[in-house]
Amino acid sequence: MSIVNRPLSPHLEVYKPQLTSLMSIFNRLTGLALTIGTVFFVWQLLAAASGPEEFAAFQGLAHSWIGIAALIGWTLSLFYHLVNGIRHLLWDAGWGFDLATTYLTGQLVIVATVVLTLLAWIVALIVWGAR
Amino acid sequence: MADRMRSPLGQVYGLGSAREGAKEWWAMRLSSVALVPLALWWVAEIIGHAGAGYVEYRTWVANPPTAILLILTIVTTFYHTSHGVQEVIEDYVAHEGAKLAALVILRFACVVLAVAGVFSVLAIAFGH
Repeated sequence: MSIVNRPLSPHLEVYKPQLTSLMSIFNRLTGLALTIGTVFFVWQLLAAASGPEEFAAFQGLAHSWIGIAALIGWTLSLFYHLVNGIRHLLWDAGWGFDLATTYLTGQLVIVATVVLTLLAWIVALIVWGAR
Repeated sequence: MADRMRSPLGQVYGLGSAREGAKEWWAMRLSSVALVPLALWWVAEIIGHAGAGYVEYRTWVANPPTAILLILTIVTTFYHTSHGVQEVIEDYVAHEGAKLAALVILRFACVVLAVAGVFSVLAIAFGH
């Protein structure tokens, strides 16, 4: 086999972690987490279509501490993937590619994720408590 | 430049760009745009129904605008998931056989889950 001396890109590990690269990795990780989350929402719909006992069993799982922890992870992942997804769409439209803007929007995504998650839980707990 | 970087064997095998990536790229962008409002609506509804019981949950699903938006959200989400996880598999699963198996399982799982979700919404909406 002939060997061609192609230039090789250095492997990921040689780079210092940067906000931009970490946020790119987290976009994928949160996407995978949301994939697992959607399975549970389909399960909830199936349970509601199946009968009251099945639905009560699912709600029992969702309201356990593992369920609540998973839901917190789910809301964090959803808001991150959603807001960072909008950042990606802006890049696709050709906006915000310069380094300063990329870092600014990256920081905005993190702030928006935390704020939206907190807001979601405050409202959810008020709604839940009012029942 | 491009020719100099390609080995004769690579040229014989037709390696290089598959020349059909644009539709995958477009599929992700299109579903992303659709999911911005759908996901916001969905999470707002989930928050609004925190701790809902069986009857209340079913009444919400059976409401026609909810049922339509839920079905749109389910179909778009699994379309987006299918293409998104495919990118991850193609990037990280090096073994061709394992890659093919993972992609087949992924597609089947996404279709099964989407059908299960849509069927559940319709069953509740039609009063099953």
